[in-house]
Amino acid sequence: MTDNTSRGGAVLKVETLCKSHGAAEVLRNVSLELQPGERVALLGHNGAGKTTLMKQILGLSTPNAGKITIAGSLPGSDAARKAVAYLPEAVAFHRALSGQEQLSLFARLAGEPQSVVAPLLERVGLADAAGRRIGTWSKGMRQRLGLAQVLLGRPRVALLDEPASGLDPISRHELYAIIGEMAAQGTALLISSHALTEVEARTDRIAILRRGELVANDTLAHLTQRAGLPIRLKLTARDNEAAELHAQVGGQRVNGASVELFCQPNEKMNRLARIAALGDLVADVEMAPPSLEDLYRQFSGEEHP
Amino acid sequence: MITRIFAVASTELRIARRNLWVLTASLIMLLFALALTFAGAAPTGALGVDLLTVSVASMTTLSVYLAPLLALMMAFDAIAGDVERGGLALMLTYPVSRGEVLLGKFLAHLGTLAFAMTLGFGTAGAAAVLTGGAGVESLIALARLMGTSVLLGGAFLALGYMVSALAKSATAAAGLSAGLWLVFVVLYDLSLLGAIVFDDGGFFTRSVFPWLLALNPADAFRLWNVAGAEGVALATGMTGAADALPAWVAPASLILWPPLALVLARGAFGRIEP
Repeated sequence: MTDNTSRGGAVLKVETLCKSHGAAEVLRNVSLELQPGERVALLGHNGAGKTTLMKQILGLSTPNAGKITIAGSLPGSDAARKAVAYLPEAVAFHRALSGQEQLSLFARLAGEPQSVVAPLLERVGLADAAGRRIGTWSKGMRQRLGLAQVLLGRPRVALLDEPASGLDPISRHELYAIIGEMAAQGTALLISSHALTEVEARTDRIAILRRGELVANDTLAHLTQRAGLPIRLKLTARDNEAAELHAQVGGQRVNGASVELFCQPNEKMNRLARIAALGDLVADVEMAPPSLEDLYRQFSGEEHP
Repeated sequence: MITRIFAVASTELRIARRNLWVLTASLIMLLFALALTFAGAAPTGALGVDLLTVSVASMTTLSVYLAPLLALMMAFDAIAGDVERGGLALMLTYPVSRGEVLLGKFLAHLGTLAFAMTLGFGTAGAAAVLTGGAGVESLIALARLMGTSVLLGGAFLALGYMVSALAKSATAAAGLSAGLWLVFVVLYDLSLLGAIVFDDGGFFTRSVFPWLLALNPADAFRLWNVAGAEGVALATGMTGAADALPAWVAPASLILWPPLALVLARGAFGRIEP
């Protein structure tokens, strides 16, 4: 099921997109491509432009410059709307409708048969609640209904805006299982989040927006390499001889018993060999690679004066 | 296209039923129509017309106020409320056009209004027929009242959608709708009245005023019902203005208002970025 109408096989192409709200520039020269079956995390602080980017892709809002194609069609066209699915950040369905009624409305709008509704509700674990009014549901249940409508009609591209917010760990696990299934079926997924720890292991690529600019767009491994963040080594001295240890290896004394060192990834083995050579002086070595939060802060952080 | 409009309409109808809108609107119409019919039973003999005629005349005056009010109350939340809840953004990511969404809502709301009006006027009319008798003319007048009330409601539904699309929030839309009602139903007539008094039977009163009157859907509604039945005209005392205009003007105005207002609403709706 490859699409020949878009170049390079990308099912979603965003090219030098700019969007302003009045004088405020919300998106600046954003370019991004998604291949079929690819899961891309879209990270950024609140107000970095994640939702705005999604709304341009959905055709809900018109960009000031740049171009978007979804499976070869322009945003907002019937073909594009058939190809794309969306999970809004705060899904609010009509309180007076039941889950079954709400989903069957979406099925009718999407041109899908009514027979798909019940299995989808089953898939997201709402089979029992389907007949009750959405007004009586919990936030997590409404989020699941949002996910069910994303699954309608096997979209080519799915945009999930903060899908994990408000979910308990078990539901979150199920969410990523569904995301994995969709990707396996060839759907390209753009998943926004403001916590890298939430999406890291479950995505193929990470794109980071900072004040409307795309500052990173790569795999986690490459980003880690590019950031060049130091590895932290924590040495514990035997018999509280931290002063002696400090004199030997340098670094910083943390307390009476330990010393902390930072080194670049490529110096790591060298350092460890020297520490091992100290023999009995070192009781323990703890090694911590840069955390995802450190990495995210490195790319998304605002420069402090 | 038709299936999508009906999908939206049937959902909206369900919501209107669950929100008790259908029940509320029907009850209001029924109570007011019955009350007016029996309050109007007294002057029958004096005018020499049957009870149904008097009843239709009273209900015409009632409908001028109530039809726009009910329509605006149903319409003001239709777009602004959906934008606030975030439901509109999601719906518009589906292959459904804004025009289809608007028409779907319009059909559902108009159906609700038509149901309430038919029930209210119909019951009151039947009661009048049973207690005071009716003729062919007064029965036609009753049917005309029902039809024109639905048209008037349709015009104000569409105006309500327009206001709902222009407003920044559902609360603002409610306020604007109240203003709209006040202008069309009360202030417009008052300012025309003021102009007539000032003009004192001059060119304005004879040639401009009737046209201005017909331009307002609420007044066009009144004119059409008055011009249609002599008895009703007698009972409402609005014969002068109705006679000054060609017979087609008021019906044309009232029939054109709903589609024109829908076009305006669609225009306002198109500017929204949900």
